[in-house]
This record gives sequence, structure tokens and C-alpha cells, in this order.
Amino acid sequence: MPNIVFVHPDGAREELEIAEGTSLMQGATAQGIDGIVAECGGNCMCATCHVYVEPSQLALLPAMSEEEDALLDGTASERQPNSRLSCQISVTPALDGLLVNLPERQV
Amino acid sequence: MSRPGTVLVLGTGQAGFQVAASLREEGFDGRVVLVGDEPGLPYQRPPLSKAYLTGKADANAVRLRPDKFFAEHRLELRAGERAARIDRAGRRVALASGEAIPYDHLVLALGARNRALPVPGAGLDGVAQLRTLGDAEALRGRLDAARQAVVVGAGFIGLEFAAVAAARGVAVTVVEAADRPMARSLSPAMSAFFRGAHERQDVRFVFGATVVRVLGGEGGGLATGVETADGRRFPADLVLVGIGVVPNAELAAEAGLAVADGIAVDEHLATDDPAISAIGDCARHPCRFAAAGTGPTRIESVQNAVDQARCVAARIAGRPAPYGAVPWFWSDQGALKLQIAGLATPHERAVVRGDPAGGAFSVFCFREGRLVGVESVNRPLDHVLARKLLANGIGLAPEQAADPRFDLKAHASVPRAA
Ligand SMILES: Cc1cc2nc3c(=O)[nH]c(=O)nc-3n(C[C@H](O)[C@H](O)[C@H](O)COP(=O)(O)OP(=O)(O)OC[C@H]3O[C@@H](n4cnc5c(N)ncnc54)[C@H](O)[C@@H]3O)c2cc1C
Ligand code: FES
Repeated sequence: MPNIVFVHPDGAREELEIAEGTSLMQGATAQGIDGIVAECGGNCMCATCHVYVEPSQLALLPAMSEEEDALLDGTASERQPNSRLSCQISVTPALDGLLVNLPERQV
Repeated sequence: MSRPGTVLVLGTGQAGFQVAASLREEGFDGRVVLVGDEPGLPYQRPPLSKAYLTGKADANAVRLRPDKFFAEHRLELRAGERAARIDRAGRRVALASGEAIPYDHLVLALGARNRALPVPGAGLDGVAQLRTLGDAEALRGRLDAARQAVVVGAGFIGLEFAAVAAARGVAVTVVEAADRPMARSLSPAMSAFFRGAHERQDVRFVFGATVVRVLGGEGGGLATGVETADGRRFPADLVLVGIGVVPNAELAAEAGLAVADGIAVDEHLATDDPAISAIGDCARHPCRFAAAGTGPTRIESVQNAVDQARCVAARIAGRPAPYGAVPWFWSDQGALKLQIAGLATPHERAVVRGDPAGGAFSVFCFREGRLVGVESVNRPLDHVLARKLLANGIGLAPEQAADPRFDLKAHASVPRAA
């Protein structure tokens, strides 16, 4: 299973194995991670699953939908060029080793 | 109450789970006990009529958090236990098992249950409802064998189910007392759009019709259809009832708390006993987005459950603030996703932005000249901007909303006028 590295705002690293086809959000919350709220359950409605993707790996990700783009304008921590919603990223073998930073706040 | 003590949460749905999780995020260090009568870990209901029903999600995928989360955050989850009585004087709750749990603060997150169809035959095998994971599991099994379904009630859940069933080749008839789908919540324009979309997927609607009887059951058999007040009969091997909910307010009423179609709370979501709060589907609160004169409001949505939970958790942790989050909601019906911001009912003016014929538009609803709600399909930016406008009280004229050249995004980022 692809290995994904989550870095908390205090620098703590958490490495999680997430099954292919599962979203980053789903894989992370199912393993009880703190720092991803995901109150809408992956429906691209809440923007509380915000992550900052390691810039050098951004190109590995699927393109952003209009919906995700719109919602990212309403995140609790400031949107950056490498902001994504983790519920919209489906894990593939190519994402093995992906590093994402968790924002200071989700709400 | 800023000193640590015991917070007891009754109900382990979306609101109950969230208040517990948020208490820890807020730094509350006392004991947190969650009592819920459903088995297993807390889960989300929205997928039950969507991904779970289609088989895309399993029971694990709808769980809010794993076991480990509750242990790590010292949340004592008592699943499968029913609260039987609140002893306000003694500050404890008796469970059906006989055990009593003391509290310093009690949060009622009891949710709602489906309204039963009040007609003969409603208890027959083959008559289903959809509220819990158990219901969804049973329904998924029935759907495999179903050929003809009648959905009673053209509300969100009924129509989400209708779309799933129709996509699986089941012949679906929706019987509704009103003259259009989702009439209680949606503008006529959006309602008409969804009617057309469902009809194109071969869902058949019967409006202005009241079900008076469920047919069948001879010799202990299954339901075979429904009969309406005008004598028409609609055959079915599966009848899904989706005619709204009844808030679970009995425990509160028996404890002497004010109840009127929901547990009455103030703008801090406290009941008339300061040691007891109520949140989510079971609570009726003074809502700043409701029409003047309509009185306190009860909202059934994930947003409402979660934001109310946060509000109460913050108050218990010593940071009280009145509740005032903008209501939002979504519903997936077949390939379409409806997004709603605000509370649009009632409104006297509705203007369309976008292209209904092309399936991408929003309806902006105005009450007494003010924007009160926006319904969108395939216009996610309108939805997000609508939430911003409503949250910040930024005015918008109907003419601006209707003008495709009007820059809504720039308008929504204008700081609020003093
Ligand atoms: C099929 C379905 C689809 C939905 N889709 C959407 C959607 O797309 N978008 C959206 O925003 N909302 C949706 N909703 C609504 C949303 O799920 C609810 O508003 C939300 O679950 C309310 O949360 P709650 O915690 O207040 O109540 P609930 O989730 O109902 O939780 C209350 C819990 O308390 C328990 N309980 C009751 N009495 C007792 C007692 N005496 N002792 C112990 N436990 C008790 C109940 O069994 C239940 O488990 C949907 C609901 C359903 C049923
Ligand atoms: S979980 Fe809500 S937007 Fe990702």
C-alpha cells in the first residue's frame, strides 16, 4: 500500500499506509489522525480536510475540479498555491511517499 | 463551567460525536462519556442514501473515526446503551440497563426518528425506511431483489433513494402530497429542474396524492403496493417511506424541559436548565437566518449538527459565544449535486443565475429585499460565495444576482459595510 507522510503543524510526522483508490482524507481519518476534520465526509462541501502538498510533488496529483477550487477559497488556514482538499485526492501507486503538511486550523 | 468535570453526551450521531471531539480540541480535560443506543462506532448518515446504498462505500467507510481515536482522546463510548431518564436534581442519567451516570454538564444530541406512515399496512414486510446503518443494510438487500418501488414522500432522502433505485433498473414511482418535489425546502425553479432530471431517468411522479393504505400482506405476505386517497393503486414490491422526522425530545420533556417539536434552546444552545444543552436534529434554536416571526428553528443537516456541537464544546471549555453559523446543505440525486446555502423558505423573489437548460445554475432567493438563500447545481463557486455573503451580511440586489457580468466573487470579498 502506498505510504503517505503527514506532517503536523508542530513538525510531528505520521506515516500512514493508505489503500489505492481510497482518498487521502478517508485513509487518514479511518486511522484516527488529528488535524483533518472532514465534517462533510468527502463531499467537497466543508473544506475542513485542507492540506498543503509538498510543492515538488504537486504535479503527481490529479487536476483540481472547479468545485475544489471554489471551496479552497474558504479554508480556515490561508490558501497557498500547494493547497488541496485531501478528500479529492485518490491514492494511487504513484503517490507512494507523498508528503503533506497539515494546516494550523481546519475550522 | 470551565473546571474539569464530567460531560455526558446522549446520542452518538454526528452531533454527539462532534461535541466530544471538539471538547478535546478545546482543551477540555475532564471526563467525556458518550451514550448511544445504536451499536458500534459513530457513523455518518449522508452516505446511507448515497454511496452506501450503491455499494460504493461499506460500513467501515461511513464510520466517523476508528476505535483508536476514542481511546487516544479518552472519550468513553458506551454504544448500544439507551438513556432512560434524566434526573436533573441529582445530575445524573439513568440508562435502560439500570446504571446511572453522573454529569456536570449534559448534552442532548438525540437526533430524530423517521415519521411513521400512519395508514393500515404500514407495518408490512417490504415497507422500509432509511435513517440508520441498520435500515440501510436491510434496504440494500431489498434493493437487490426489487423490481418496482414506490417512494412515499418527495423529500431529499426519498429522491436520493429514487435515483439510486432507478439507476439499478427498478421502476420507481414517487407519491407526494404536495404539488412538486422538495416543496418544503426548495424554490419552485430548482424543484422543477430536479423533477425534470428525475423524470429523464424514468422516475415517475404522482403529486397531490396521499397514501391511505399499503396493499398486500394476505397470508402474512409482502407489501404489494399502495393505494392513494383518490382510489388509485400503485403496485410495488418495495415501499420506501420518507415523510420527514420526529425529533427525539421525550427524554427532555419528561425531565420538565421546554419542548415544542424539538428541545427548546437559547442562542447559546442551552436549555432552560443551564447544566443541559441540546444540539443537532433534536434542538430548536433561535436562528438568525430564519424569517422574522417564524420562531425558533430546527434544522436537519450535518452542518447544523457539527457547528452546534462546536459551539457547545467551546462554551463548556470556557469560551462561550452565541450560535450563528450559516446553514448549508447538500443532496446527491443521481449525477446531480444540489448545494444550498441559507434558509430560503419563505421568499417572495427568486432570480436565476447561470443556465438551467445547460444544467448549471443557481437560484438566489430574496425575502423582504434581502438575500436569504441560494440553491445551486454545477455552480460550486456561487455556493461558496453565497455562504460568504450570508455570513458577513453583505447585501446583494436581485438585479446583480441575475446579471452574468456582475462579479460575485469581488463583491463577496468586499468588507462588510458598517
Ligand atoms: C439517509 C440520510 C441522508 C442524509 N443526507 C444528508 C446530506 O446529504 N447532507 C446533510 O447535511 N444532511 C444529511 N442528512 C441529515 C444528517 O445526517 C442529520 O442532520 C444528522 O445526522 C443529525 O445529527 P444528530 O447527531 O443531531 O442526530 P443523529 O445522527 O440522528 O444521532 C442521534 C443519535 O442518538 C441516538 N439516541 C436517540 N435517543 C437515544 C436515547 N434515549 N439513548 C441513547 N441514544 C439515543 C439515536 O439512535 C442516534 O444514534 C441525512 C440523513 C439521513 C437519515
Ligand atoms: S471532507 Fe469536506 S471538503 Fe473534504
